[in-house]
Amino acid sequence: MQLIHCPWCGPREEVEFHYGGQAGVAYPADPAVLSDEEWARYVFVRDNPKGRFEERWSHSAGCRRWFTAVRDTVTYRFER
Amino acid sequence: MSRVDGYGRIDRSRTLTFTFDGEQYAGHPGDTLASALLANGVRRVGTSVKLDRPRGITAAWSEDPTGLVQVEEPFPEPMLLATTVDLVDGLVARGLGGRGRLAEVPDTARYDRRYTHCETLVIGAGPAGLLAARTAARRGDRVVLVDDRPAAGGSLLGTERICGRSAFDFVADTVAELRADPDVRILPRTTAFGHYDDGFVLALERRTDHLAQPPRDVSRQRVWRIRAGHVVVATGAHERPIVVEDNDRPGIMLAASARDLLHRYGVLVGREIVVFTTDDAAYDAAADLERAGARVTVVDPRPGAGGSATHHARVVGTSATGSEDGAVTAVTLDDGTVLPCDALLLSGGWNPTAHLFSHVRGALRYDAELGAFRPGEPLDGGTVVGAANGTFDLAGCLAEGRGETPEPVARRTHVLWRTEGEPARQFVDLQRDSTVADIARAVASGMRSVEHVKRYTTIGTAHDQGKTSGVIASGITAELLGVPVESLGTTTFRPPYTPVAFAALAGRQRGRLYDPERTTALHAWHVEAGAVFEDVGQWKRARYYPRPGEDMEAAVLRECAAARTGVGILDGSTLGKIDVQGPDAGVLLDRIYTNMMSSLKPGRVRYGVMCGVDGMVIDDGTVLRIDDERFLVYTTTGGAAPILDHLEEWLQTEWPELRVSLTSVTEQWATFPVVGPRSRDVIGAFAPHVDVSNAAFPFMSWLDTEVDGVPVRLARISFSGELAWEVSVDGWHAAAVWRRLLDLGAPHGITPYGTETMHVLRAEKGYPIIGQDTDGTVTPQDLGTEWAVSKKKPDFVGRRSFARPANLDPLRKQLVGLLPVDPDLKLPEGSQIVELTDALPPPPVPMLGHVTSSYRSAALGRTFALALVKGGHARIGERLTVPVDGALVPVEVTGSVLFDPEGTRRDGEPSVR
Ligand SMILES: [Zn+2]
Repeated sequence: MQLIHCPWCGPREEVEFHYGGQAGVAYPADPAVLSDEEWARYVFVRDNPKGRFEERWSHSAGCRRWFTAVRDTVTYRFER
Repeated sequence: MSRVDGYGRIDRSRTLTFTFDGEQYAGHPGDTLASALLANGVRRVGTSVKLDRPRGITAAWSEDPTGLVQVEEPFPEPMLLATTVDLVDGLVARGLGGRGRLAEVPDTARYDRRYTHCETLVIGAGPAGLLAARTAARRGDRVVLVDDRPAAGGSLLGTERICGRSAFDFVADTVAELRADPDVRILPRTTAFGHYDDGFVLALERRTDHLAQPPRDVSRQRVWRIRAGHVVVATGAHERPIVVEDNDRPGIMLAASARDLLHRYGVLVGREIVVFTTDDAAYDAAADLERAGARVTVVDPRPGAGGSATHHARVVGTSATGSEDGAVTAVTLDDGTVLPCDALLLSGGWNPTAHLFSHVRGALRYDAELGAFRPGEPLDGGTVVGAANGTFDLAGCLAEGRGETPEPVARRTHVLWRTEGEPARQFVDLQRDSTVADIARAVASGMRSVEHVKRYTTIGTAHDQGKTSGVIASGITAELLGVPVESLGTTTFRPPYTPVAFAALAGRQRGRLYDPERTTALHAWHVEAGAVFEDVGQWKRARYYPRPGEDMEAAVLRECAAARTGVGILDGSTLGKIDVQGPDAGVLLDRIYTNMMSSLKPGRVRYGVMCGVDGMVIDDGTVLRIDDERFLVYTTTGGAAPILDHLEEWLQTEWPELRVSLTSVTEQWATFPVVGPRSRDVIGAFAPHVDVSNAAFPFMSWLDTEVDGVPVRLARISFSGELAWEVSVDGWHAAAVWRRLLDLGAPHGITPYGTETMHVLRAEKGYPIIGQDTDGTVTPQDLGTEWAVSKKKPDFVGRRSFARPANLDPLRKQLVGLLPVDPDLKLPEGSQIVELTDALPPPPVPMLGHVTSSYRSAALGRTFALALVKGGHARIGERLTVPVDGALVPVEVTGSVLFDPEGTRRDGEPSVR
């Protein structure tokens, strides 16, 4: 079980966190103007890199804040 | 008797009596069951799992592959190793034929868990581990030292000297120093069985099994959950046998184990001993055993090894001629010599016990000099020291324990996995009865990976997880494949290092404590009223209240009729409630709900639907506007936590500029729907100062008031289609308010009803239950609730998806009602729906959908169902078929609102308005 560093609380047990997938996928400013394909890309398509990945995490059983962390998907190691 | 005077750390002044296979024996405090059996001359412990061959003790501790016993008294437990069972007075055990039997009596012992944190965790209290712990403690670290033996010292026998003192004096002094340090915790009889990321280690502490009278307030076993900044693995090494023909007889064991049995328990494993070795360490064992009174012959194929008495040969077989217990009586050498003996000791070198390094993906590399795999590249946050690191000399272990690099010592291990002989009788994994012939079959079948060979042969899959057999299996596989063993590697070690009882892992989380039980403020009343409960998530909810002689169906029909014709009352307190506050509260809710919430006036209520970005319904419920900057959002019972998370996620990650705060108030409010045409009478009597007429208190409005000084909230919300009020009150006053409502309702026959009746009432009205009538692929349009989807708002979560072609497909599954043509037939929920037919076509039969809810209705006088059906809205009026237990049931498709589709009842029956 990994220790994950919450920017508000410090290192805490992995079970306290909720994974939120790829970070930096912003909600489109005006969904109505997007083509079906562009909208589907926002809703369904995410990167799946081998290696460095910017992810959203929520300290759901702690301070309940969302934050972005960078993790290596091969080693599971978080960058700090 | 095989006990020799002057040896062992047992207490010979006291005698313990125990029973094995029905015979009574005596032993001493400090014995294990294995040492006591061997001391009594019992060498055969059981028989093997597949071949029924006699088996004995082949190693002195947890690496033993063979000596499994069933313990009956004092505590029934299957498949324990005799070598690790502490002898206590009255112990009753028997040998096994490979498989144990679970106890048939309840386990009354208590199991527990504890958490601890430290800078340095040291696993193993041998010389290397002790010095590592002392070094860390002197540095000022918080230290935890775990060791699986009863006492520290590891493989030290007491004959060694450390720093000019006897080894045991050194151990005692070091332990005393550590014990005196308040930042050091020493855990004996504790096995670190799993090593995980970031210094997380699980360890099992055995607290009472060695005690004659275990204190009742001490748990039997306890799992330690240790988080350490640095983990020092000092777990020693396991001796490796050499595989020879018929190497599985009782009386054949590892050389160092025989030595350990002598020094630890005063047990001499034989009088006429043959030692077959390719490693120098076995000579120390031979010398000790000879000194204790045995005649020892060493067989060592290495040229120039040993003294003049050494046979330079190889053992190629054993026999048990004339032996009653099947124990070895002689060995045969490759030069034809036959050596009579009563014990054969094997030593093919040593395997570092690197399991806990391997658990965290530490890579092992083959060391040709040792004939063993040892830790390769060190890992962050951990070190491996001593024999576990492949450093086998005492000085080297002490140096590594201190954190120093030891002087290199040349080893002369000659790697010999097996000698010539009949492969089908050369046992590699004695517990699994797996032989060299099995490996040969695996290789002949095309397997090239040791992981595949392991699964095919089952070598290394028993209780010992291949502690003594794994590396040999790699070696023999490599030989058969004609490749170097280093290119093949060894199988991956996985937790647990030794077997751990599920009871220990469960700890106190058994029975009622397995998962938290949530009860409402009225729980005691429900129990007293004889409610039958159902689990809704963690909630215990009253499902129905049977009267004497009633089954569920009868009770629910009665409860439904009361709510439709008189008045009923439900404990709806489990509904999720979120207090949404802030100047932008309306903006947030407009973006989250499919309909407009910011236009809701204080004092009013609105029903709303929430979708994900994919346009699928995730929750629904009512919203009360408290004031300009405050709303109370009701979610489904199951949605309470996920919907709060959903709101927080959008608020924090997409719209942090919105000034809104969210708080769960689910537990703060008890809520009781009072439902039925007579509800106005009850609420009017309950709050006589409130005008409950339709004009003054219209549908979908609410107000706060006080009843006898207790603040209550009344809201006209209906989940049944009937005239109804929801009465909300804080938990402290919930029971009193509930009883008051019952008293006031008594003249009208007020009937408490449970969740089952609630489900029937709402289904009659076609109100979907999110998660029952939906499954994450259902849109508001599919549910027929497009009236709750705003056309005015430019955007809200999910809106853009409604225009996707898939969402516009007329053949989407849509919510409809189903009426079985036989009005008495209740369709099972989950039933599949197909086109109308009186004979199913050959498969695959096109499926049109499935039944999501199905009930017997008092109001309709018949059964009915809700279903998701492809293009269902366009099929209303059609007939379809539902196969039920082989019968083809015809059903009619209807709209989803089966009762009072005009909605005439929500303001009460005309006669009582
Ligand atoms: Zn936090």
